[in-house]
Amino acid sequence: MDLIAIVQILDSTLRLATPLLFAALAGLISERAGVFDIGLEGKMLAAAFFSAAFAFTTGNVWLGLCAGIIASMFLSLIHGVASITFRGNQLISGVAINFLAAGLTVVIAQNWFRQGGRTPTLTGDARFPRLNLPFADALRDVPVLGPVYSVILSGHSILVYVGLLCVPLTWYVLFRTRFGLRLRAVGENPAAVDTAGISVIGLRYGAVMIAGVLCGLAGAYLATGLAAGFVKDMTAGRGFIALAAMIFAKWRPWHALGAVLLFGLLEAIANRYQNIDLGFIVLPAQFMQALPYVLTVVILAGFVGRAIPPRAGGEPYVKER
Amino acid sequence: MTLHARLLGAAAVTALGAGVAAADPALVYDLGGKFDKSFNEAAFMGAERWAAETGGSYRDIEMQSEAQREQALRRLAEAGQNPIVTTGFAFSSVLNEVAPDYPDTKFAIIDGFVEQPNVLSILFAEHEGSYLVGMLAGMASESGTVGFVGGMDIPLIRRFGCGYAQGVLAANSDATVVANMTGTTPTAWNDPVRGGEITQAQISQGADVVYAAAGGTGVGVLQTAADAGILSIGVDSNQNYMHPGQVLTSMLKRVDNAVFDAFEAGADLETGVMVMDLAAGGVDWALDEYNEDLITDEMREAVDAAAEAIRSGELVVHNYTDDDSCPVLSF
Repeated sequence: MDLIAIVQILDSTLRLATPLLFAALAGLISERAGVFDIGLEGKMLAAAFFSAAFAFTTGNVWLGLCAGIIASMFLSLIHGVASITFRGNQLISGVAINFLAAGLTVVIAQNWFRQGGRTPTLTGDARFPRLNLPFADALRDVPVLGPVYSVILSGHSILVYVGLLCVPLTWYVLFRTRFGLRLRAVGENPAAVDTAGISVIGLRYGAVMIAGVLCGLAGAYLATGLAAGFVKDMTAGRGFIALAAMIFAKWRPWHALGAVLLFGLLEAIANRYQNIDLGFIVLPAQFMQALPYVLTVVILAGFVGRAIPPRAGGEPYVKER
Repeated sequence: MTLHARLLGAAAVTALGAGVAAADPALVYDLGGKFDKSFNEAAFMGAERWAAETGGSYRDIEMQSEAQREQALRRLAEAGQNPIVTTGFAFSSVLNEVAPDYPDTKFAIIDGFVEQPNVLSILFAEHEGSYLVGMLAGMASESGTVGFVGGMDIPLIRRFGCGYAQGVLAANSDATVVANMTGTTPTAWNDPVRGGEITQAQISQGADVVYAAAGGTGVGVLQTAADAGILSIGVDSNQNYMHPGQVLTSMLKRVDNAVFDAFEAGADLETGVMVMDLAAGGVDWALDEYNEDLITDEMREAVDAAAEAIRSGELVVHNYTDDDSCPVLSF
């Protein structure tokens, strides 16, 4: 494995990690507020479809992005109404959203485009262009720094950089603002927050809607950044890998970045090598593909430190009378 | 009382109507979905062609999950559909259990092998078709490295890959074939993002022609190849039109012909095993207005000569599923 191969794998890692990063942060914010979100997958899928559909019809990727975010926020709203207002089971509501999105996207796509549950291929302004960072070409030949900057960091769509910026932003909001403090408190002890005169319902809705925006970005990136159009079930389980990454990161933003980069790296390696020969043992690609889940189970079993979810997670808040 | 009788009569008429329509054939698509622009879509085209030419009607159903297979087959059989054509190897074990329960219904399975008296197993010689497009890839490649992106890692897809690699090496004995599978679960048929990433990885390893045998995932492979300015090869249906001038050719698997013939035979479908190979017109490569500029006369002559040799039996392409190994490519 030479240096060029390593650089190319890291480049691919960043691309593959971005949708996971958005979705993991979405789950993190929602669960920090005490609302479990199994529906990440469904929201991404709905966003992927609507962003591709509107990008195609308007020819403008930014309008597509807006449509994707709105679609994802709409599903978030359903999740909120079912699990916050009506105190339904959060897991069941999330699963329902996944089914709803899987079916609805294909039906609407077939109705609009008549191409069998897919959107037409996007071209030109209907896709996110690759963005070259300043000085990328000038620095290309500098040893070490050159490839790192101009190949790995430069040349991605703008959403990759938005995703990276979302990590410090999430950290700041959660741990350095009053809103974040309250949000975390709602996930740990909603009764105390309520006693302080702050609306538990309002905060939880806020968190769920933010999760909707982030899932919308994830889906739009899949359909208009990485691929060029929507294909049935194109999220392919990424929402669940993001959930695993969030648990792996123990509900912390910077750790979530680390976790999704690790998972992205494993996928990039599995994509590049069919079998990995370590000299004494040959690892099949399937092993690399299963590793994120294995790692999550290891974490959950408490071998690498316990993963403790927010204490009030999964429980609808009921005011005592 | 009169109303009751009328209702009963109406019910009887409906039942009768159902009975009359019952001789219609049915088609069951695999998980890739009816419009995968590839394998299942080819089956759909065959059924539509039959409906258009004969004026008949047929029923079709799309699988959403593994668990639906048996239920779908039983419901169609009980509704009296005959014959019932299923697409995809994954129906083999289910069909093996269901078929004996409906001895009067004829079943056909494409890409699978089921040993039951009322089942026709239709097998395609994908290795022969892949060999031909492999030759084209070997001749079109300037870097001497070509790629293969498979869908779900199953012996059938390895048969594509193995035939392809043999064709590439026949055209250029120094060539390197980089082969990757998308995954091991049915989601591997519908993951264009991963297909695109695998293609990028192959491009960075020097590949300048990539063959996708991956259902809906192939859409991402062809897209990435077109974005990067290299050539790609489509599969099952003719995919040349998807990126005109950038898809070298498509390996045609005439699933449509198989479905058409099965529907045409109706309830008199002859059961057993049918091998759709190059000689029987089951596989071929696509040449149309979208790729004619990419195929030189020299390439065409070489491929036609190889096709002739395969048809006459002079040239034998190794079939991966004969011995579960490939002499020229390790997966």
